[in-house]
Amino acid sequence: MNPERRQLLGWGAAAAAALAPGFRLIELAQARSPQEAASVLQRWGLLIDITKCVDCDVCVTACHEENGVTGQGRPATDAQWIRKVNLRDKRTGYAQTLPLMCQHCEHPPCVDVCPTGASFKRDDGIVLVDKHTCIGCRYCVLACPYGARSFVHEAVSGQKADVPRGKGTVESCTLCVHRVDRAETPACVEACNRDGGKAMAFGDLNDASAEIHRRLRSEPSSQVRADLALNTGVRYQGL
Amino acid sequence: MTRIAAGIIAALLTVAAQADAPKFKIERGEACVAPTGEMRRDHMNLLLHQRDRTLRQGFRETRFSLKNCVDCHASRATGSVLGKEGFCSSCHEYAAVSIDCFECHSPQRQARTAARP
Repeated sequence: MNPERRQLLGWGAAAAAALAPGFRLIELAQARSPQEAASVLQRWGLLIDITKCVDCDVCVTACHEENGVTGQGRPATDAQWIRKVNLRDKRTGYAQTLPLMCQHCEHPPCVDVCPTGASFKRDDGIVLVDKHTCIGCRYCVLACPYGARSFVHEAVSGQKADVPRGKGTVESCTLCVHRVDRAETPACVEACNRDGGKAMAFGDLNDASAEIHRRLRSEPSSQVRADLALNTGVRYQGL
Repeated sequence: MTRIAAGIIAALLTVAAQADAPKFKIERGEACVAPTGEMRRDHMNLLLHQRDRTLRQGFRETRFSLKNCVDCHASRATGSVLGKEGFCSSCHEYAAVSIDCFECHSPQRQARTAARP
């Protein structure tokens, strides 16, 4: 590169930097205003350190409390947005426990199979069910390799204002989208860091300044069923 | 004579219509988010449009949100927009409109938390 060209590029950079105060070519991550749509620049995700996950279920309780997920005392059919899975190596007896919920895949099988377009991925990577168009066919329940989706079999009452739920539709973890939109963390993460083993972290996987991004970059982590190449938004450590 | 009879019938019909008309109280606020006529004609379209913006695109404007409707219009006595004199149900029952919003959405006014603006 000749010196004149280099100088010209230098001036270009200076001009871009001084474009206007408060104007950036790449926006910093911050809470969205209510008038702003979810952006593809962000991708929300979780990082769960199983070595810190202790034998408790505060994440499950907090999730179901936050989202008004109440059962009828029938475990076979009651909705389940998050559950604790216990693993034990048969040979060595080494036991682990981990929370499992919707993995918010980049390529979600539940979206591929949905005949009405009710199952969809929001621009910021959160996989949701549009219950207005869900016909309750349960294809997505079968397609999800994580068993994360539940069907609501019985009439519901006493729903939370932010979390509508109703009979005949499918539902799953929403990553507490109503809280994320107010720049809060999901209920499970908040509860785990308050009362549990401080195993869960939430953040924007695309934001280079985020703690979750730094840890994913510098520490080993894995996806459940990475062989399916779904590029999950929920990552695990110590699995 | 026919004119007088027609007048009497019309007056009776008006009285009857008023007696049957849905009764509800507007609980809170000076004015709605849009003029009354517009809301009466178009509230369903506004809500339909808003639900897709909120759910699919992530906008969280409150102006035409169902939560905003319920927060103002829920009855002071029952805290709900449903019921005999409920703001939503009284008109819908009168007009024989069967809506299913509240099979999933909460018809109850939410207690406002201090943290929310």
